[in-house]
Amino acid sequence: MNQHLLIAVVLILVAVGGTSAAGDTDFNRDIRSILSDKCFQCHGPDAAARQAALRLDTQAGLRGAAGSDPSDSELLSRISSDDPDQRMPPPDSGLNLSPQQISLIKNWISQGAKWQQHWSLIPPARPAVPQVSQPDWVRNPIDAFILARLDAESLAPSPAADPRVLARRLYFDLTGLPPTPEQVSRGVKSSVADTATRLMKSPAYGEKMAIRWLDAARYADTSGYQSDGWRDMWRWRDWVIDAFNTNQPFDEFTIDQLAGDLLPDASLKQLIATGFNRNHRGNAEGGVVPEEFQVEYVVDRVDTTFAVWQGLTMGCARCHDHKYDPFTQRDYYAVFAAFNRIPEYGRAWKEGNSEPIIRAPTQQQQQQWRALQAAEAAAKESYQGHSLPSAERLEELAAQMPEDWTIKAGLIVRSDQTGDAGKVAEFGYFDTFSLAAWIVTKPGDSGTVLSKMIPTGEGEGYNLHLSESGTLHANFVKRWLDDSVRIETLDPIPAGPVHVLVSYDGTRRAAGITIYVNGQPVEQRANHDFLNQSFAVDQPLRIGQGMSDFTGEIEEVRIYDRVLEADEVRVLAARGHAQLRTESPPRRDLRLAKLRHFYLAEGGPEKLRMAYRRWIQSKRALETFERSLPTVMVMRDESPYRDTHILARGKYDQPGEKIEPGVPAALPPLAIDDSADRLGLARWLVSGQNPLTARVVINRLWRDLFGTGLVKTTEDFGVQGERPSHPELLDWLAVEFVQSGWDIQHMLKLIVTSNTYCQSSRCNARLLERDPENRLLARGPRFRLPAEMIRDQALFVSGLLTSKIGGPGVKPYQPQGLWKDIASTTDYEQSKGPDLYRRSLYTYWKRTVPPPMMINFDAAGREACDVALRRTNTPLQALNLLNDITFVEAARMLAQDAMSESQSDKLTLRRMFQQVLCRDPAARETEILLNSYQAYRTRFLTEIEAARKLIETGESALDTSLAPAELAAWTMIGNTLLNLDESVTKE
Amino acid sequence: MTNVNLPTRRKFLGGMAAGIGSLALTDLLGAAQHFAPRVKRIIYLFQSGAPSQIDLFDTKPALHNLRASELPDSIRQGQRLTGMTAGQSSFPIAPSIFKFAQHGASGAWVSELLPHTAKITDDLCFIRTMHTEAINHDPAITFFQTGFQLAGRPSIGAWLSYGLGNENENLPAFVALVSGSGGQPLYDRLWGSGFLPSKYQGVKFRSSGDPVLYLSNPQGVDSQTRRRMLDDLTQLNELRFEDFGDPEIHTRIAQYEMAYRMQSSVPELTDLSSEPAHVFELYGQDARQPGSFAYNCVLARRMAERGVRFVQLFHRGWDQHTDLPVKLKQQCVDTDRASAALVADLKQRGMLEDTLVVWGGEFGRTVYCQGRLTADDYGRDHHPRCFTIWLAGGGIKPGMTYGRTDEFSYNIVENPVHVHDLHATLLHLLGIDHTKLTFKFQGRHYRLTDVHGQVIHPIVS
Repeated sequence: MNQHLLIAVVLILVAVGGTSAAGDTDFNRDIRSILSDKCFQCHGPDAAARQAALRLDTQAGLRGAAGSDPSDSELLSRISSDDPDQRMPPPDSGLNLSPQQISLIKNWISQGAKWQQHWSLIPPARPAVPQVSQPDWVRNPIDAFILARLDAESLAPSPAADPRVLARRLYFDLTGLPPTPEQVSRGVKSSVADTATRLMKSPAYGEKMAIRWLDAARYADTSGYQSDGWRDMWRWRDWVIDAFNTNQPFDEFTIDQLAGDLLPDASLKQLIATGFNRNHRGNAEGGVVPEEFQVEYVVDRVDTTFAVWQGLTMGCARCHDHKYDPFTQRDYYAVFAAFNRIPEYGRAWKEGNSEPIIRAPTQQQQQQWRALQAAEAAAKESYQGHSLPSAERLEELAAQMPEDWTIKAGLIVRSDQTGDAGKVAEFGYFDTFSLAAWIVTKPGDSGTVLSKMIPTGEGEGYNLHLSESGTLHANFVKRWLDDSVRIETLDPIPAGPVHVLVSYDGTRRAAGITIYVNGQPVEQRANHDFLNQSFAVDQPLRIGQGMSDFTGEIEEVRIYDRVLEADEVRVLAARGHAQLRTESPPRRDLRLAKLRHFYLAEGGPEKLRMAYRRWIQSKRALETFERSLPTVMVMRDESPYRDTHILARGKYDQPGEKIEPGVPAALPPLAIDDSADRLGLARWLVSGQNPLTARVVINRLWRDLFGTGLVKTTEDFGVQGERPSHPELLDWLAVEFVQSGWDIQHMLKLIVTSNTYCQSSRCNARLLERDPENRLLARGPRFRLPAEMIRDQALFVSGLLTSKIGGPGVKPYQPQGLWKDIASTTDYEQSKGPDLYRRSLYTYWKRTVPPPMMINFDAAGREACDVALRRTNTPLQALNLLNDITFVEAARMLAQDAMSESQSDKLTLRRMFQQVLCRDPAARETEILLNSYQAYRTRFLTEIEAARKLIETGESALDTSLAPAELAAWTMIGNTLLNLDESVTKE
Repeated sequence: MTNVNLPTRRKFLGGMAAGIGSLALTDLLGAAQHFAPRVKRIIYLFQSGAPSQIDLFDTKPALHNLRASELPDSIRQGQRLTGMTAGQSSFPIAPSIFKFAQHGASGAWVSELLPHTAKITDDLCFIRTMHTEAINHDPAITFFQTGFQLAGRPSIGAWLSYGLGNENENLPAFVALVSGSGGQPLYDRLWGSGFLPSKYQGVKFRSSGDPVLYLSNPQGVDSQTRRRMLDDLTQLNELRFEDFGDPEIHTRIAQYEMAYRMQSSVPELTDLSSEPAHVFELYGQDARQPGSFAYNCVLARRMAERGVRFVQLFHRGWDQHTDLPVKLKQQCVDTDRASAALVADLKQRGMLEDTLVVWGGEFGRTVYCQGRLTADDYGRDHHPRCFTIWLAGGGIKPGMTYGRTDEFSYNIVENPVHVHDLHATLLHLLGIDHTKLTFKFQGRHYRLTDVHGQVIHPIVS
């Protein structure tokens, strides 16, 4: 750190903290941060790293070292010593105390060395509202706290913002979108409170509130490691939007997400809510050690939960006691234990959701589902109303049944020929199918029955193979050893003619595969049971060939593109049509099953056949529908659950002492009647006794509105974090939040109706010098909009925005080939039509190649929990706004609309300007833009092809009734407007 | 991109204290050098997928006598394997089928697959004893690029941009270039800024479409039109500044001007038509093909000439679990000539003195065969316990081989070099004490080297 930086830091500290070096020293304000930053590494909470058995993070330890008099203080003498052997921190630590810091410590000791608990661990109490210089300015207590501080700094608040500016600010803050010019006019006339109430009822409110929560919850549409395949968590995302829109109290919001599954009679919604802690990344890479990543998932849950609700960096205590905050490694694993009970596997699916998962139908789908279930039940009942003939009668009907009759629904291959059967049965690992054949063997026969596999040993693909020991193998293989499902019958297949059938249900698991021998499922074992890539290969179906030639006979191969039911399998296993070359006595039960199916399908009376067909059809429709339903990954505790041990150095393969769930000892204990599991932990967070939750959550709300939190380090309320700029205000808000019943809308309304919020954001040199970061709030917030609002605004003002809530992620414009450049298998398939113009929170988020515009504008990366906000200003952002098709198309649509609605150039300009900036252009602005409009128009008139190219940008309809040169020229004006600092800034 | 904040910074230093947000703060950190640097820039030729050290550098001729015999337990020592081969019933030794010879005055061993690299061994320093902690690609490559196995930390180049700022106002300080198709995927986080402000992230130059995303004006908009539009933007933004007084407005104006300059500086950079024919003879004719490794090597040299601080190449396709003899050979054909050419070219231009070139992957490969071992075919699984990389350039001892592995190229016998050690050494060569380049986040002073890392002094000249 160089000298300039130090000065800068001191300037800021002085500005914000209001420290007066010579006056009263306050332990929490002035001393603790020095000790924690410079001393705690060796003399802090971490017992393992502690030197000389000295700790300065506790009252007792510090009192001993500090003494009560500067002349007799070991602490002071060591930090001010010139002797390198005595000096603390030691010269080789790279840490240094500045003269100012030493003098602060000296003052503090001379004033009695008073110790205080770290501020954020002291439960907030509602402070008295302070007296201020201008009581009239105080619209609610927020203003009193802000003004009291301004009074102390001899600063005055700014005047109220222009109502149009304020309307725009309010709309962005409560809906994430700007107002229309009409809404601005309306907003100007109504009170802020009324406008706020109205906006919080708009569905856009939930979308706005959801997005920062998605950042914190590391929500994405892919799993994140290596091949980064898709997953479906959008039902959870939609739950979040809905929770905000219904203003679910934050305590319920918390409990549902952390432990909804543990609530009595948990609803579908509450189960979906638990997806919060399944949003972490999942590693599907071949060769990972599952135990290693299973630990990482739990770590992610602990770190995320504590960052989001407690503003604590618990992750530091994974490997050793926390270096700064009073949390031990034991504390860490006590929390870990609560999150370590779910039946999960460390190697995730490359494609799709990893268990545990639930079906998560939308409301509409739930209705459809009920209707299909009812239809199936009705059809079944109607079918069952018919009587079936007796066995004897069925036998009499046998003569009517062609000997080669078989079940035809789903039959795609029927063959008696060995050898190459061509490109059929092209199944992938999500498909359902059944493979059947008669095999006729004598003892010692072996070989491949069916193969859709690269014909080498241990190839890729699927096959049915009779081993030399006579057992039947069904292999579904990407890589033989570690990426396959390979099952085998426990017993050898008997010699003679035997019917074998294998059904595969598309779940990629051995449990979804059944081997039948002569119509009966047989005992089987899995030789390998993890198939993470499809076994589809470009190979023909081979009968009796593959790994090795079949040495017996194969007859009547039948392949279905569905899982045959057990009763249907019996039909296939019923012996006996004339072509069969080998005979043995048919089994009567199989024969009767076949006759019954024949009767129902073809031989019986029409009414019965129709009823049966309707039932089967409705059953299939129901099954197909159920398979199409979205799923979501959820939390679930297994029983018995795995034990949790302290992991030495945080390493998965170094378990130590066994640990039971609990909460960190430095925080209030669990309530007596709360269980020490996730539910207990969730209730503990929102019990009102926890000193951090309300402060942390309110601080982030404040940050979203004002640009910086009252605690700037939203991600760290520990001793290394920054102290609040307005501690009393933060506490007042936290208490108000809890006492309001954790009512987010109440808090938002309180803040946005304060005079503090409604101030003008105009700045001047004096204010800039006194308070460059606007921490004192002598002016309103002015800062660049977050990524999603910049894009959403462009879509909204140009009339392109599709206002549809929820659903799977969509793929708007992005430069071609971005995925292909670095990821092997999949390419980005751009959405079409209205899905190109959805709000950005619906943009498909691939973690390893996130949407470039979002990343350019500092969006969270969604690979891990992110509750800190970054805001930069770069040339890549400029290029993005200037040239990205999204913004060029929006400019053209903006122009199209204005041209169609306006009679003169001036009116066209005015309309475009109003749409984007919610105000009329000033004379000088009009002059600049109209001059350029004329210049662009002149150029485009002479280069009409250029004009055409420009206005053809984007897939939305081009208004061909407009003159191309003029539309192109206005498009340039739209491009200018969308790039203005004012446009991308909340003022 | 760093110097873009200069207006703000000047204003601050001029006493106005304007805009002392994160921008100015980090700008002030620019000159984080702790001692005289040995190099000004790094070109890192990252070979993604993990090249086989046994077939390229770490020759073990004695293994031919042990062909197909089981890897002794005394060597494996029960160490963990990846899930891809943990289930193998046998671990037969697969000696390299490629011929090795000693090259140059230094007598460094190089395989016949790398004839061009073999010619420059006297400029190279081979480290045969790199080792890492991860055994799978994603954590391993993330570890190599960010010093941590999981996502979220800044990449090497982001740390350098943050610590050293930019030398060129018209180009980013940190560029990533990708070549090779198939094989293991890459991830944006490998050149990401993690918890550092996003302006420090690497800018990926692409070989198709715009080299930098959104660089080109929309169809139908020429440079003159854009210029006029930008002039309007400046004027209108100035009007807003007069009204609101927010210094951020001036920063934005500066960003737009830099964007405009990039619209000419980047195409000039990526246009190789001015390169003479002998350059393509040196790097190979595939250097004319955008997107090839050779093309990226030429581009890297051009960037180095223009002051780009850190050029990070990624070449994919080194993951030879199966068919190693055929596939590895092709990888070498694609990369050997250009890698050597880059070193030679820099040397000839006098730039090798203040440029560091690094070549290597995220881990090594096993001596035992993955899959079936035949007379002319074998595969190798991931091996984190030893592998070879090379370095060349300023501050590095040329013609040196550092470290020794056991007779199976399985364990390190002497002079291990951890990934953190390599990082510490890279920073050291740039004049940075790796323990002092820190960024406070979540209450911690984070470093590229976490709490580890030793500079490898024996290889530093």
